[in-house]
Amino acid sequence: MNYFLTEEQQMLRDLTSQIAEEKIVPVRAELDEKEEFPHEIMKVLAQSDIFGIFIPEEYGGLGMGSFELCLAVEELSKACLGVSTTYAANALGTYPILLFGSEEQKRKYLPDIAAGKRLVAFALTEANAGSDAAGVQTTATKDGDHYILNGTKQWITNGGEADIYTVIAMTDRSKGPRGASAFIVEKGTPGFSFGKKEKKMGIRASVTSELIFDNCRIPRENLLGREGMGFIVAMKTLDQSRVGVGAQGLGVAQGAIDEAIKFAKQRVQFGKPIISFQAIQHMLADMATQVEASRALVYAVARHIDSGAKDFSKVSAMAKVFATDTAMRVTTDAVQVMGGSGYMREYPVEKMMRDAKILQIYEGTNQIQRNVIGQALIKEAAGRENDS
Amino acid sequence: MKIVVCIKQVPDTAEVRINPETNTLIRDGVPSIINPYDLHAIEAGLHLKESLGGSVTVLTMGPPQAEGALREAVSIGADEAVLLTDRAFAGSDTLATAYTLSSAVRTMGFDIILCGKQAIDGDTAQVGPEMAEFLDIPHVAYVGKFEDISREGLRVRRLMEDGYDIVETPIPVLLTVVRELNQPRLPSLKGKMRAKKAEIKKLSLADIGADGERVGLAGSPTQVKNIFAPEARKDRKTLAGTPEEQAARLIEELRGLKCI
Repeated sequence: MNYFLTEEQQMLRDLTSQIAEEKIVPVRAELDEKEEFPHEIMKVLAQSDIFGIFIPEEYGGLGMGSFELCLAVEELSKACLGVSTTYAANALGTYPILLFGSEEQKRKYLPDIAAGKRLVAFALTEANAGSDAAGVQTTATKDGDHYILNGTKQWITNGGEADIYTVIAMTDRSKGPRGASAFIVEKGTPGFSFGKKEKKMGIRASVTSELIFDNCRIPRENLLGREGMGFIVAMKTLDQSRVGVGAQGLGVAQGAIDEAIKFAKQRVQFGKPIISFQAIQHMLADMATQVEASRALVYAVARHIDSGAKDFSKVSAMAKVFATDTAMRVTTDAVQVMGGSGYMREYPVEKMMRDAKILQIYEGTNQIQRNVIGQALIKEAAGRENDS
Repeated sequence: MKIVVCIKQVPDTAEVRINPETNTLIRDGVPSIINPYDLHAIEAGLHLKESLGGSVTVLTMGPPQAEGALREAVSIGADEAVLLTDRAFAGSDTLATAYTLSSAVRTMGFDIILCGKQAIDGDTAQVGPEMAEFLDIPHVAYVGKFEDISREGLRVRRLMEDGYDIVETPIPVLLTVVRELNQPRLPSLKGKMRAKKAEIKKLSLADIGADGERVGLAGSPTQVKNIFAPEARKDRKTLAGTPEEQAARLIEELRGLKCI
C-alpha cells in the first residue's frame, strides 16, 4: 500500500528499519531472557537522532510529528516491543514538557532529550490509581519556593534508568481530580529513590519500577503548567501518545506475520510446504488484512493529530484499541501457524505474543479506551441534538 | 587535523548470484555498497576527528554513480566528499588507482589518510600502501586498535597472521584498517538529510595535475594471467578427536604459543 510518505519520512523509516534489523533482532532474545535494559540500542538510537524526531528544531530536534514518531515506533516494534516500549515511554514522559512546559523548562530539558543524552519517564500510576487515575495519593506540599513530594508510584516504565521524570501528584486533595499537578523530578534529587523492579510476562527488555518519594524537595520552577492542571496534563499527554501504542501493535503484528510466512514457506507436511494449504493461507490472509486496516487507521489518526486537530481523544483511542486487539490476535495466530515451533523460544513469535499482551493493558486498558470512545459518541450525539 | 578516508563502491557480494549455465557472476541488478572494510575506515576517521578535532573528507575514484557511496559516507558523518571522475581514469589497475588517488590527496591536503585493508571485489590490499609510497609518507597496514592518539603521532596495533605489532608513527601517515578496529556507526537522520543536499566536489585529471600517461588503462601495467588463492601456510595443524579432546588440545597448543 502506498501511504504517500515524503522523502524524509521514507528516510526515517529506512533508518529505523536498518537499526531494527542490524542492532535489535540479533540481541532481542537475549535481552528478553536476561531481562536486560537495552543500553547499547539506546545509544544507537541517540546517535541516529531517533530521539529527536518529535521535538521542535529550536530545541535540537527534527521538528517532525506524531506520524513520524509512529513510523519509527512501528519499525522498532517489528523487532522488539521491549525496546520500542523503552523508546515510546521516553516520548510519553516528554509530552508533558512539550505540551505544557514553560519556555525555560523546554530550553532546559528538550535539547538533552532530543540528543538522547537523558531518558525520560512518565509517572502517573499508583497502587490505587490505575484505570481510575483520580485515585492518585502521592502528594506535593508547597513549602516556600519548593514542593515536597511524598508517595509511591508503581509500574513506571524506564523507572531507575530515566534521568527525568514527569510526575503527577496531589497539591490539594480536597479538590479531587482538580487538585492534581504535574512536576518534573530529576534523578538524584534527595528523597527520590527506586523500589522494586518488576518481573514481567513480556517486554522484558524494558524496565518497570517503583518510584519512592520521601520528603523529596523540588524547586517551584519544576511545576508544569499551573497548580491543579495535573489531570489535564496527564490526559492530553495520553491522548497524544495512545496512537503510538497503536503503532506498537502494528509493528509487532507485522513482525509476527513476516515470521509466520517465512516459516510456512519452509515447513513441509504431507509432502508440501504448509503455506500451500488453504487453512494456513486463510489464517495469514485474515492476519494481513487486519494489520493493513490497523495501519490505515493508525496512520490516519497520527496525521489527523499533526494537522493541528484540537480534540482527538476518540480517534486516538480507536487507533489504540483496534491496532492492539489486532496485535494480540495476530501474534497468537502466528504462534498457531508455526505450531510447536512457534511455541518454542527458538523462534521469536512466542515472545511477540507475550509482549503484545501489554499493549491491551498499558496507557489505558482497552476497556478504558472504549469508555473514552463511548463518552465521545454520547457527547457528539448531544451536540447534534442541540444543533437541530 | 585533516583526515581523508578513501572508499570504494563495490557490488554487494552477499547479493551476487551465479549464472548456473556460464558459472559467471550475475552483476545486473546487484546493489552497490561501500566496501565493508571502508566503513571501518570511516568510523576510524570520525573517531580520530572526535579526539583530535579537524574534518573528515571521503574520497573515491569511480564513475558518476559512485556519488551514492559518498552520500552514504556523509550520512554517517563525513564532513566533505570528493569524487574523482574522468573517462581517462577508466581501466585503472592498483598502481594507476594509487597514483591517481595520491595525486588527488596531494592537491586536497591531508594529515591522516585512512583506507580499508582491501576491497571485497579485488582483494589485493595494494592501493593503500602504494598510495603511501607515492606520497612518500609512512604507512601502517592492518590496524586493529588505536593504543594512543595525539596530534604528534599515533600508536597502533597492527594485526599480523602470527600475532600483533605495536607500531608508533608520526603524522602525516596512511593507515589501512581491519574489522577488529571498531564497530561502524549507522547513519543519523540529520546526516541522511544533509547527505541528500551535500555538495559532492568533482575532480578530473586536469584538476589533480596528474600525468595522463600514468592513469587509467594507459597507466596500468598489470596483466592478469591467473587468479588463485594464496597457498596455505605450511605450519598449519589439524586437531583431531572428540570436541572435548580437541578443545583440551587447543588450550594446550595455545598455552604452548603463549596466546593464553
